[in-house]
Amino acid sequence: MYTTDQYEGMLAETVAMRGANGDRVLAYSARPLGPGPFPGIVLIHHMPGWDEWYREATRRFAHHGYVAISPNLYERYGHGSPEDVAAAVRAEGGVPDDQAVVDLEAAMHYLRALPYVNGKVGVFGTCSGGRHAVLVASRVAGFDAVVDCWGGGVVMPADQLTPQRPVAPIDYTADLDCPILGLFGAEDHSPTTEEVARHEEALKEHGKDYEFHMYEDAGHGFFYYHRPNYRQAQAVDGWEKIWTFLSRNLAA
Amino acid sequence: MCTMIVQKVPLEGFGKGNSGWFEMNQANVSWDHPFHAPEEHALNIDFVNVAYGPGARVAVELSVEGARQLVDTIQSVLGEAEEKGLI
Repeated sequence: MYTTDQYEGMLAETVAMRGANGDRVLAYSARPLGPGPFPGIVLIHHMPGWDEWYREATRRFAHHGYVAISPNLYERYGHGSPEDVAAAVRAEGGVPDDQAVVDLEAAMHYLRALPYVNGKVGVFGTCSGGRHAVLVASRVAGFDAVVDCWGGGVVMPADQLTPQRPVAPIDYTADLDCPILGLFGAEDHSPTTEEVARHEEALKEHGKDYEFHMYEDAGHGFFYYHRPNYRQAQAVDGWEKIWTFLSRNLAA
Repeated sequence: MCTMIVQKVPLEGFGKGNSGWFEMNQANVSWDHPFHAPEEHALNIDFVNVAYGPGARVAVELSVEGARQLVDTIQSVLGEAEEKGLI
């Protein structure tokens, strides 16, 4: 919690890092001014792309005391408006999981190398980014907390597996080695309540530290204030759960 | 990318995008999250030419009913033109 008499400053800018295959990947980063140490957070953008909402969310995490970085997972599909680039990715069936995992691992190491990060790094994602958050936290060591907001496709029947997405993230549950917070809407079609229940069951079966919340009268993307599926009360409560969860798991 | 329901179809034609008319060579048809339509999913069609970059795109986001009516209407118009010997 900040107070009205405290100094607050923030630096937010586009940075670059090396991702999968050594490719240059642009990222948007925001951090509080000062020596820290601050916890780190990797933000994974949603299907509509590396867009304004994710820049705002990145700054929001900085405002709450995190060194935040949001890499452009669509870097290899050209540059233009976020919508146009996302449409190109949509046509290709999404980015390959292996590429996304390496890009996100690189973002985690980018944060860990910074002198003002406290040694703890979480990962947050919404929509396809929620799925990617579960995936990378399961496949890569080095994350201390994961926030999955309505990630569709964590549970995948065999007929939904593709060359880009060959393994369902739920199949990596045994390898997840950090606490997970999941926020979902009961009216969502992807993931459905049944798919969320299956994911929760897998986490329970493997003895994982998880906290899932299913919001009534909410569907997909209920944080997005610019979309009709925005749900004010659920979004406020969801953000509060995120801050509580991360402060508990990313403190030095 | 939450549904992964997408198909591409090659086609010849021209579209008017952000920078004016361009020669397009492909339509990407998906049932997935729209960018603008106030729905969780829509029938999205992107008319593109990949060689010109992501910005060479004419986009529509249709309701199910609108998409089906469009398909029927295109077939009807082409049929009428064929009947009149114009194709």
